[in-house]
Amino acid sequence: MGGLFSAYAWSKVWGFRMGFLTGLGNTLLTALLGILLALALGLVFGLMETGRIRGLRVIAGIYIEFIQNTPILLQMCFIYYALAFSGHSIGIVPTGIIALGIYHGAYMAEVFHAGIGSIPKGQFEAAQSQGFTYMESMRYVILPQTIKIILPPMVNQVVNLFKNTSCLYIVGGMDLISVTYSFVTGEKTGGAYSPAYLLCGVLFFLMCYPLSRLATSWEMRLKRKEMAAAVTAAKAA
Amino acid sequence: MSDIAIKMEMVNKSFGDLHVLKDVNLEVKKGEKLVIIGPSGSGKSTTVRCMNFLEKPTSGKVSIDGELMTEKNCRRIIREKISMVFQQFNLYPHLTVLKNLTLAPMKLHGISKGQAEETAYHYLDVVGLRDKADVYPIALSGGQQQRIAIARALCVKTPIILFDEPTSALDPETIQEVLDVMVRLAKEDNITMVVVTHEMGFAKQVADRIVFMEDGRIIEEGTPEHFFTHPDSPRVQEFLGKIIR
Ligand SMILES: Nc1ncnc2c1ncn2[C@@H]1O[C@H](COP(=O)(O)OP(=O)(O)OP(=O)(O)O)[C@@H](O)[C@H]1O
Ligand SMILES: [Mg+2]
Repeated sequence: MGGLFSAYAWSKVWGFRMGFLTGLGNTLLTALLGILLALALGLVFGLMETGRIRGLRVIAGIYIEFIQNTPILLQMCFIYYALAFSGHSIGIVPTGIIALGIYHGAYMAEVFHAGIGSIPKGQFEAAQSQGFTYMESMRYVILPQTIKIILPPMVNQVVNLFKNTSCLYIVGGMDLISVTYSFVTGEKTGGAYSPAYLLCGVLFFLMCYPLSRLATSWEMRLKRKEMAAAVTAAKAA
Repeated sequence: MSDIAIKMEMVNKSFGDLHVLKDVNLEVKKGEKLVIIGPSGSGKSTTVRCMNFLEKPTSGKVSIDGELMTEKNCRRIIREKISMVFQQFNLYPHLTVLKNLTLAPMKLHGISKGQAEETAYHYLDVVGLRDKADVYPIALSGGQQQRIAIARALCVKTPIILFDEPTSALDPETIQEVLDVMVRLAKEDNITMVVVTHEMGFAKQVADRIVFMEDGRIIEEGTPEHFFTHPDSPRVQEFLGKIIR
């Protein structure tokens, strides 16, 4: 009865459509706010890791290594239960936003770090010799140049973050994966495994694939622009 | 107000164990055109880079326009008083030529876009590249990029401009166009120029004074006349003999 071609199973899924929509909504909300947090943390810690102040470099290093070397499920449980048991329960979606933001923030920090590291020293010096402060140099000179380098790995993190919303399951989330799982295993609703998981997969694909495509085409456009400029240069020379 | 633009007193600079500048004392008068020459690794770049704190001296003092430069005030002093032209041009590749010229005036000097662009076009005329305003640096030859870099330095209207081997990365056929711009610039009485170069023709033509560095010290200084006719040190004689051929 859980078969892919069972009209009955599909009708069950249809009957549960509001449940799926709720899950989708929660996943989108968690992911979007999680992405903003991850970007902010990534930028801050990436700059700390790149900067000249040793103390900040050490702090950034500890954050990045600690987060990258422990399971995200553990981090999620830790944030959820530690807060709950200390009487500051913040709810599941905020837990997801914070946990995913912190987790992917550590990877984003590395992305920013690598991007900034790839800019030649002369660019920093030119900005400094004009009197730009470190932060102003970053803002006007360095970061804009890193975009085409950091875009692909950054989108990769965004897509991973979307998929990792499924980890909310561990704290009883209402995200798309958790909703799907409770639907197919539920006492009253259960059974329609294949259609439900297929639908869930299609929804994830619809969220993630356009992002990947967008990144690819953006990257291609930047490369083409560069090529065109180089061709002009070759003609001029 | 003093009539000394740049003053270095007992400046020492080490990179780790490597003692690169040794008790460098140097005064550059306002409007003076100073050329620094010397063999590779003698500390010419480091000297010039200490003048705008791209390198912080390990000890000693650097004063600009009578004001002692410190970690704290160096941004402001640089902004107001000193520009630099690099061997590798270091134009901002993500910005058009025009935006390269207007970035610092607009973001650091609070100048309006219209005003900054007007100034930029003026200096593009000075370096003869008005028609390149809207292209990206990558579309320019090395000589053109360096002329834009000079225009960028002029746009902020600082009284002091430092040049660190501005023609060393250029193809031979584009060196002259950059030197021509610099020679014209040298006719401005109110601009102080410090130029590290191996272009002896240029030095002869524009320098008020030449200093010769070796092994982190200034070992001789004098007018071009003095240098090219009867330098005291045999090391200078040998160096000039090799470089002029
Ligand atoms: N950032 C640095 N770290 C370590 N050593 C450095 C650094 N910058 C310069 N040096 C060393 O300091 C010495 C002087 O360098 P500097 O660049 O001032 O010489 P230079 O006279 O400009 O030489 P060139 O004609 O080759 O440009 C060299 O031995 C160089 O290797
Ligand atoms: Mg040098």
